[in-house]
Amino acid sequence: MKTDNNFNISDFKAVVIGVSAGGFETLTKLFSTLPEDFPLPIIIVQHVYKYQSGYLFEHFNKHCALKVKEADEKEAVEPGNIYFAPPNYHLLIEEDKTFSLSIDEKVNYSRPSIDILFKCAAEVYKNQLIGIILTGANDDGAEGMCRIKESGGLIIAQNPNDAEQPFMPKAAIKKAGIDCVLTLNEISEFLTKQKAVSK
Amino acid sequence: MEKSKRENIEVDIFLEAIFQKYGYDFRNYAKASIKRRIQNLQKKFDIKKISDIIPRMLQDRFFSNSILTEFSITVTEMFRDPDFYKSVRENIVPYLDTYPFIKIWHAGCATGEEAYSLAIILKEEKLYHKTTIFATDFNNIALGKAKKGIYSLDEVKQFTQSYQNAGGKRSFSDYYHAKYNSAIIDNSLKANITFANHNLVTDGDFGEMHLIFCRNVLIYFNKVLQDRVLNLFDSSLISKGFLAIGSKESLNFSSIEKKFKVIDRKNKIYRKI
Repeated sequence: MKTDNNFNISDFKAVVIGVSAGGFETLTKLFSTLPEDFPLPIIIVQHVYKYQSGYLFEHFNKHCALKVKEADEKEAVEPGNIYFAPPNYHLLIEEDKTFSLSIDEKVNYSRPSIDILFKCAAEVYKNQLIGIILTGANDDGAEGMCRIKESGGLIIAQNPNDAEQPFMPKAAIKKAGIDCVLTLNEISEFLTKQKAVSK
Repeated sequence: MEKSKRENIEVDIFLEAIFQKYGYDFRNYAKASIKRRIQNLQKKFDIKKISDIIPRMLQDRFFSNSILTEFSITVTEMFRDPDFYKSVRENIVPYLDTYPFIKIWHAGCATGEEAYSLAIILKEEKLYHKTTIFATDFNNIALGKAKKGIYSLDEVKQFTQSYQNAGGKRSFSDYYHAKYNSAIIDNSLKANITFANHNLVTDGDFGEMHLIFCRNVLIYFNKVLQDRVLNLFDSSLISKGFLAIGSKESLNFSSIEKKFKVIDRKNKIYRKI
C-alpha cells in the first residue's frame, strides 16, 4: 500500500503529452534525456502543419535512445516507444491498447487534437496514466487533463515561465487545477526516476 | 461493476438496438471513436447514461437523422492529399486509357468532394467521357449534398490550392459557378457520376470495376469488418484493377494482401494481380 502522496514513474503504464507552438525544441531536449530502458510508451499529439514530412522523425531519432515513430492504424502500443499522432488525423486508443485514427471534425481548431487523445487514454489507462502539457499557444488539452485527473491519473504542466509559449500550460493549470507544475528539467528528472512528485 | 465495463455493455446494447431498428450496423466499428460519438449524442440530448438513449431512440421518429449525422463521418475535401492525386494521374490513368469504357466505384463518398476531384482528373486526362463513377455511401443526407455539389466559397479557396498542388492543368474556377457564398459544381462533371446508397457493412459487391476508391473509411472499422470490406473490393475488381485507400490504411496483414501488388506505397495505391 502506498503510504505517502508521492508518485514514481513505476506507478504508471503510459505517458501522454500535448504540445504545440515551441514543441520542436522542447521535445528534442526532453527526448535526449530519456534512457534506452525507459519503461513506458509515450504518446504525443503535437499540432503540426497537415502535410508534414518525415524529417521530424529523422531528427528525433537522432536525438533519442528510444524509437520515435508515427502511430499506425491498429498498431499495438509498446512500452519504450514514442508515438506521434499523424498530421491531419485524430489519434485514439482502443481498450486493447491499439491505436485508431479518425478524420472527424477538428476539435479546438486542431486535428490531431490533444483533448481527443487524452480523454481516450484516460478511459483506457485510468489511474495509471501520466498526462503532460508542454509549451503551446492555445487551450487544447485542458479538458483532456480534467478527464485524466477524474480517472485518478497524474497530471503535470510545464511551468509557464519555463515554456517557450506559456498559454497552453496556463490554460491547463487553470482549467484542471494542476498542482504538479514543473520545469522541463524537473519533468525529465521525474521521468528518469531521479525524483518523485506529488499530485 | 466498474463504470467502464458497464459502459461497454451499454454501448454494445445501443449498437445492437440501432442495427435492429434501422439496419445500420456499427457493431464492428472501432470502439474508441464510436464511444466518442455516443458521448456527443449524450451531450446533444443531455442524457447522462448511455442506456437512457435507447428508449429515446426507439420512440423518436426523427432519431435516425441524429444517428446519421453523428455516426457517419462526412468530413472530406477536394483533392485531399494532393500527392495522391498526382500519383493517380501518373500511375493509374495510363492504364485506364487502354479500356474502351471505364467503371469506377467510389465507396464511402460522403458529400462528394473526392468524386468530383476524380472527375476533374479524368476530364483533364480526356477519359471522363468513357467513364462511369458509382459514388456510394450509406448516409442519404450526405448523398443528397453530394448530388447537389454545392460547397462554400471558403472551402473552395482551400480546394483551389490543393487542386494546383495536385498538378491541375486549368483554372479551378472552370469547374464551378459562384453564386452568393457558394460554389456550384459544373453540370458536365456530374454527368457521369451516379450517386447511390450502398452500405459497405451489409450490402454486396459491385461487378467488374476498373478502379475502386475508398479513402479513410477503413480506419473506422475493426479488423473483422476491414477484412470483409477488402474482400468485397477484391471481388468487385477486374483482374489488374486498381484499389486506392487512405494514406494511413494498408492491406498489410489482411486476407487479400497477397492478391495485390503495391503500385505506390506512400499513396496506398494497389493493383490486383
